[in-house]
Amino acid sequence: MSVPLLQIHDLSASAGGTPVLHGVSLEVNAGEVHAIMGPNGSGKSTLAHVLAGRPGYLITGGTVRFDGADLLALPAEERARAGLFLGFQYPVEIPGVSNAYMLKAALNARRRHLGEQDIDAFDFLNLVRGRMRTMHIDDALLTRGVNEGFSGGEKKRNEILQMLVLEPRLALLDETDSGLDIDALKIVGQGINSLRAADRAVVVITHYQRLLDYVVPDQVHVLARGRIVRSGDRDLAVELERRGYDWLLEAAAASA
Amino acid sequence: MSSNPELSALFNRGYQHGFVTDIESDTVPPGLDEAVIRLISAKKREPKFLLDWRLRAFEHWRTMREPHWAHLHYPPLDYGAISYYSAPRPKGDGPKSLAEVDPKLLETYAKLGVPLHERARLAGVAVDAVFDSVSVATTFKERLAEAGVVFCPFSEAVASHPELIEEYLGSVVPYTDNFFATLNSAVFTDGSFVYIPPGVRCPMELSTYFRINAANTGQFERTLIIAAAGSHVSYLEGCTAPMRDENQLHAAVVELIALEDAQIKYSTVQNWYPGDAQGRGGIYNFVTKRGECRGRNSRISWTQVETGSAITWKYPGCVLRGENSVGEFYSVATANNFQQADTGTKMIHIGANSRSTIVSKGISAGHGQNTYRGLVKIMPSARGARNFTRCDSLLLGPECGAHTFPYIETRNPGATVEHEASTSRISEDQLFYCQQRGLSTEDAVNMIVSGFCREVFKELPMEFAVEAQNLLAVTLEGAVG
Repeated sequence: MSVPLLQIHDLSASAGGTPVLHGVSLEVNAGEVHAIMGPNGSGKSTLAHVLAGRPGYLITGGTVRFDGADLLALPAEERARAGLFLGFQYPVEIPGVSNAYMLKAALNARRRHLGEQDIDAFDFLNLVRGRMRTMHIDDALLTRGVNEGFSGGEKKRNEILQMLVLEPRLALLDETDSGLDIDALKIVGQGINSLRAADRAVVVITHYQRLLDYVVPDQVHVLARGRIVRSGDRDLAVELERRGYDWLLEAAAASA
Repeated sequence: MSSNPELSALFNRGYQHGFVTDIESDTVPPGLDEAVIRLISAKKREPKFLLDWRLRAFEHWRTMREPHWAHLHYPPLDYGAISYYSAPRPKGDGPKSLAEVDPKLLETYAKLGVPLHERARLAGVAVDAVFDSVSVATTFKERLAEAGVVFCPFSEAVASHPELIEEYLGSVVPYTDNFFATLNSAVFTDGSFVYIPPGVRCPMELSTYFRINAANTGQFERTLIIAAAGSHVSYLEGCTAPMRDENQLHAAVVELIALEDAQIKYSTVQNWYPGDAQGRGGIYNFVTKRGECRGRNSRISWTQVETGSAITWKYPGCVLRGENSVGEFYSVATANNFQQADTGTKMIHIGANSRSTIVSKGISAGHGQNTYRGLVKIMPSARGARNFTRCDSLLLGPECGAHTFPYIETRNPGATVEHEASTSRISEDQLFYCQQRGLSTEDAVNMIVSGFCREVFKELPMEFAVEAQNLLAVTLEGAVG
């Protein structure tokens, strides 16, 4: 196996002066799906945001390499162009900017990074329409403002649509399953699975293992109090579903 | 909003239309008295009624004081230091073809992106000159003439259609209207005139370009558009001006008259020189624009994108006299660096069931101050009148300001007046969302701002919508911090 696609080494970070991550280490190889689970406030979203380069966090230690490059040295937009995608827990509304416009601008930013031509308008529509069918998204959503007036479920499906169009190397999906009914969950699961490929990886951040019924992870990690306290396979998620997190927290506290 | 120095550094392109064309001007010495007005009138070979009108305006102006109720701050203007007449010096009887036109002038048009077919007309090439057989301009003139549309410089209309000028000039904006309109009435040098005959749908969009080009020359354009019963016209006005250190006064007047069942759509992209980043220089733009829906079912629609000028003082309004008449105002106004904009509209409802819509989008950045000032007045006769006003402000950065002064006067209890207003900033969340999709900060800001303005941009004719977005991007450089 070659170098992992994502290598997080001893990463510490604080938000607003409060330390949140305390030395997270994690390696994700191309072709793999990882799940990061953990109770509220354990630092899951912080980890995703720090990796994506959101302003407002202070990196206090550690390194992150993405596809061989020093990820933390890149501004957020360059991380995105390099193929790092964050599926947002709370996708923001951008009134008046059509979904199609935003998606095309994003795709062209990625293509330019790869040294490719901007996509032809006709090809773009074909591509997007195909992906929209996968995600069971109505055509009308393309011309509406980005997330403007979308239901919670529509917003989440729209995130996965963007991911499918952009075809990132690494997708970080931050609680994409929250607030989804069972049908939507299944569609989102299918969407994520359709992206799986030997040269790509997916990191699913979630509270619950129910998404993992559809997207079967290669590895499951438990993040608690800013540290990864346990890693395992799919069975770990099932065990967490049954036992909750407390036993792990206690074990972690005992070993700390 | 974080103060990200990277964002400020990102945007710093200068004013792209800043250049001065060095051509000989026929300019009178600075200062204003009766003799100057007589000189202007004589140079234009005007009929007596027009000279008398100018002189009455001048007499009235001398009794007036510069208004200071707007939310604007600027040093006192010295009206004695302005030259009130400047015209490109004619070569004989005017150029016979583009080859005879001052190449510098043509270069100017090229830099401004004036379409090729427009340049000849703008350069004043004689109409009866031998054009290329494919000349679009000639084709345009022919098509307009075929339809019976009159579209010519104001001074030409004074000679060719004095009866229309005498009947309609000052009938919407009287010479006593306000300090700047009164000054304009006394000293206006030229402008545009449009007459659309009854029942005619103007076969093309009409457009004009205004330029300020001689140092210390006030600009006093006068535009008059008359849409006869059942006619229809869309008029585009685009402005750019060369870079100047001194402040320049611009006091234009636009009058629109829509008779029964007539429609006038008037679109403006205003890009006068706004001054530099320290607030030096720039155009003082004191404009009076008003339309009157004189007939039943008439409709006047103003769409403006105001990105330029150091000071913008402008309230394009509609007098809705006709029954069922409709007035509309769609505006995007930006104020960046030290720009100040005090703009809005007046909707005066007189006719029964008259309706008006106001959509104003104000964008403030840098130290810019942006004020929406709007009046909705419902007269007792306007039973069933309706108004809807939506007034949104977007703030980019911590030093700028947005102010809203809506005035509503209702004298008919059956009228419906709705007002919505909002003030927002580009949120960190929106910016990060766009960046996470690979967009640069600059592109993200431009995209979000364009989205904010979409309701207005979609009212612009296609070619202007693109220009407007580009202008906005240039205007808001260095805006986010």
